[in-house]
Amino acid sequence: MSASSSVPPSPSAAPSSASSSAASSAPSAASAAASAASAAESSAAPSGALHLAVALDGAGWHPAAWREPVSRPRDLFTAGYWVELVAEAERGLLDFVTFEDGLGLQSSRQDEPDDRTDQVRGRLDAVLVAARVAPLTSHIGLVPSVVATHTEPFHISKAIATLDYVSAGRAGLRVQVTRAPHEAAHFGRRTFAHARREDRDTPAGRELTAELFDGAADHIEVVRRLWDSWEDDAEIRDVATGRFVDRDKLHYIDFEGRFFSVKGPSITPRPPQGQPLVTALAHGSVPYRLLGRSTDLGFLTPRDAGHARAIVEEVRHEQAAAGRAGEPLHLFGDLVVFLDDAPAAAEARRARLDELAGAPCTSDARVFTGTPAGLADLLQELAGAGLSGFRLRPAVVGHDLPAITRGLVPELQRRGAFRTAYGAGTLRGLLGLDRPANRYSTDAAAV
Amino acid sequence: MSQHTEHSERTGKPVKQLHLAAHFPGVNNTTVWSDPAAGSHIEFSSFAHFARTAERAKFDFLFLAEGLRLREQGGRIYDLDVVGRPDTFTVLTALAAVTDRLGLTGTINSTFNEPYEVARQFASLDHLSGGRAAWNVVTSWDAFTGENFRRGGFLPQQERYSRAKEFLATATELFDSWRGDEIVADQAGGTFLRDAGAGAFVHSGQHFDIEGRFNVPRSPQGRPVVFQAGDSDEGREFAASSADAIFSRYSTLKEGQAFYRDVKGRLARYGRSHDQLLILPAATFVLGDTDEEAGELAREVRRRQVSGATAIKHLEFVWNRDLSAYDPDGPLPDIDPDPGEHTIARGRAQVRMYRDPLAIAREWRELAAANKWSIRDLVIETGNRQAFVGSPATVAATIDDFVQADASDGFILVPHLTPGGLDAFADTVVPLLQERGVFRTDYEGTTLRDHLGLSEPPAPGAGSRRAAS
Repeated sequence: MSASSSVPPSPSAAPSSASSSAASSAPSAASAAASAASAAESSAAPSGALHLAVALDGAGWHPAAWREPVSRPRDLFTAGYWVELVAEAERGLLDFVTFEDGLGLQSSRQDEPDDRTDQVRGRLDAVLVAARVAPLTSHIGLVPSVVATHTEPFHISKAIATLDYVSAGRAGLRVQVTRAPHEAAHFGRRTFAHARREDRDTPAGRELTAELFDGAADHIEVVRRLWDSWEDDAEIRDVATGRFVDRDKLHYIDFEGRFFSVKGPSITPRPPQGQPLVTALAHGSVPYRLLGRSTDLGFLTPRDAGHARAIVEEVRHEQAAAGRAGEPLHLFGDLVVFLDDAPAAAEARRARLDELAGAPCTSDARVFTGTPAGLADLLQELAGAGLSGFRLRPAVVGHDLPAITRGLVPELQRRGAFRTAYGAGTLRGLLGLDRPANRYSTDAAAV
Repeated sequence: MSQHTEHSERTGKPVKQLHLAAHFPGVNNTTVWSDPAAGSHIEFSSFAHFARTAERAKFDFLFLAEGLRLREQGGRIYDLDVVGRPDTFTVLTALAAVTDRLGLTGTINSTFNEPYEVARQFASLDHLSGGRAAWNVVTSWDAFTGENFRRGGFLPQQERYSRAKEFLATATELFDSWRGDEIVADQAGGTFLRDAGAGAFVHSGQHFDIEGRFNVPRSPQGRPVVFQAGDSDEGREFAASSADAIFSRYSTLKEGQAFYRDVKGRLARYGRSHDQLLILPAATFVLGDTDEEAGELAREVRRRQVSGATAIKHLEFVWNRDLSAYDPDGPLPDIDPDPGEHTIARGRAQVRMYRDPLAIAREWRELAAANKWSIRDLVIETGNRQAFVGSPATVAATIDDFVQADASDGFILVPHLTPGGLDAFADTVVPLLQERGVFRTDYEGTTLRDHLGLSEPPAPGAGSRRAAS
């Protein structure tokens, strides 16, 4: 199964030994995560319920998903296809959907192109797919992937701010990096030495990893500063003085870093959520640091509850080290899912797809094959290890997405572990996150 | 369009069908934000209202401008006009969800973007709108805007067209890297792609040296419709060689005809025919029940567009000095303009419009003295008048005459109010144009190319995967 994520798995992902400071930081670090961690034991107050997201990618996460009769591979490049999927996710009251993306064709090989013709190839820009869906949905969060390595943070910041406007406060983004030389060649600006797979665990390869994630951290910092570069009440429309804006409430961000410098302010006013949701997927120490430093929500790939506990602890440690111990940071577990009412049916479907693909399904994330009730058991067990929610990757989106919305969701609702209606109107609100104060606010400084 | 083959009694030529588009009111003093009816220029509801009005009136397309740094004057952000706008691609794609036929034209800079990314955004917009995307290619050279980007302000002014041309050529190679028949998606047989090399490209040139595989399959229009907005000799040549339409600034008859002749005359050199490049000037308008009432309204709109503070700032473009101490209701400054190289205003096109400020200042002082005009009066009187002022019947007739006289192929209308500034035009002028038989009563096709009467770009063969020199 394709690990389309560009985040490199690394042996350093092995859980760090639990330091007492990391352990003690966990409960205080993130109220949302901490309360969710106890959700399995506590009664089902809405705040203690699980959060659920679905990751959308082509016909699904199994490479042969497009060959299932339920799939519509000819529609992958039409708006209607994506609108229907997100509408289904919204019917299931999910927190948000993510949209995969990349700056090159999909490949079965990590960081290298392939010449395969038996898998889905080609995709639409994820931010634009989200924008196309936004006016036709009303509650669900929309989280497209963007590649920090080759894009302009100024463009990304205003694009996500605008997604937040067109969705009335439901935008986020998932930041990823790429070391793939063939993707760098699409831009021609940078070349990466030591980007080959076999270099990954050499000192030079690790240095490149660190550089890519430092670049991502700078990218996020610029994107966030630009969102705050307009104070909420900067637009005054004061007819008496003829002034449209109060320019004391527009701010230069004056970012100067190793990879780029950006002056600001943004051309787009502060978005409805103030700060749209920033997320990233992480499999190792370096990306865990990015989660701790820069994000509102991290996607992790735990093998089991013990592993989940260890990596949650590592991220919490990074969060504390970044001086963010008091801030909410959601940590979601990623799982690939094959869901059927009978376990044997799910197993048979997985076997059939593996047969078509010519190889057994593997993934960076744990693969769950079974019933909605079985999955609900697993999610509750993993939540007990400190995860506040899950991002499910449907193996076959046409089959497993409805199985989530019509099977898993009612099951979790029966257990009091999932919402029965949308409450908040924004994505941050669904996740229990406040609308943050503006870092440049003169009002706040005066208090 | 072939059914409209009547001939004009006046010119004896076939009656031309005209094209109409709507420019979302922008970040300049044309837009009157102080009117009580003026709404948000950021909220999606404003864009949706504007787009739906344009589609109800069967317009060809909606047009969005772009500026990548907030304008400044005297070292501070310019605060007298509308400030701020959304991201072009994102808002256009969202508009595709609330319209069915309307073309969606975005202004995208070729200096502060990369071809691979822009090509995938336009191809995605074209897919997600069912073939309604258009790209107004603009260039920029200023280091001021470059301060917001990785690339910075590295581009010498003389290279901006060479980069823009190569940018467009490179993007075209990316669009053409998929022929359109590669995806077979044979579920039983297990073949998704017919061609293992789909999307392969190599481009090696002065500005771009890239290769690999483009990852968006061919979109409904093949490529977006391409607009060009520059007016220099180089800009006109660029348009004649590579554009489908020009967003021009000539909305008076004589200037329009001269521009039209000039640009259309350049097409033959590139083996292109007259109808392969449309000339569409921007045009402001004010409607009233009668011509007199419209004239009154037009003066009122001008006064709202040019507040006292705006008049002083406008004078500063010419004087190139801080004139904040002057009274807008008083006489013009006695001091002369500063002819120095630096410019007081940054991030806007007007900066370079006044080639001989000393002569303009002299002329303006004489005009003001002769007419007893204050600074504000002068700016109002000498500033751009609305292109069309009158009753719906007058405006419809003027627009039709203009197009039949080959001063343009239609207009990109620029209302002064957001979001309702197009409503009256749609309700009163468009039906009259339809009665005259010069504007469609319904869309005949689904893509923007259909609306504009442009042919499909040739489907690339395998030979198109070439290295450019």
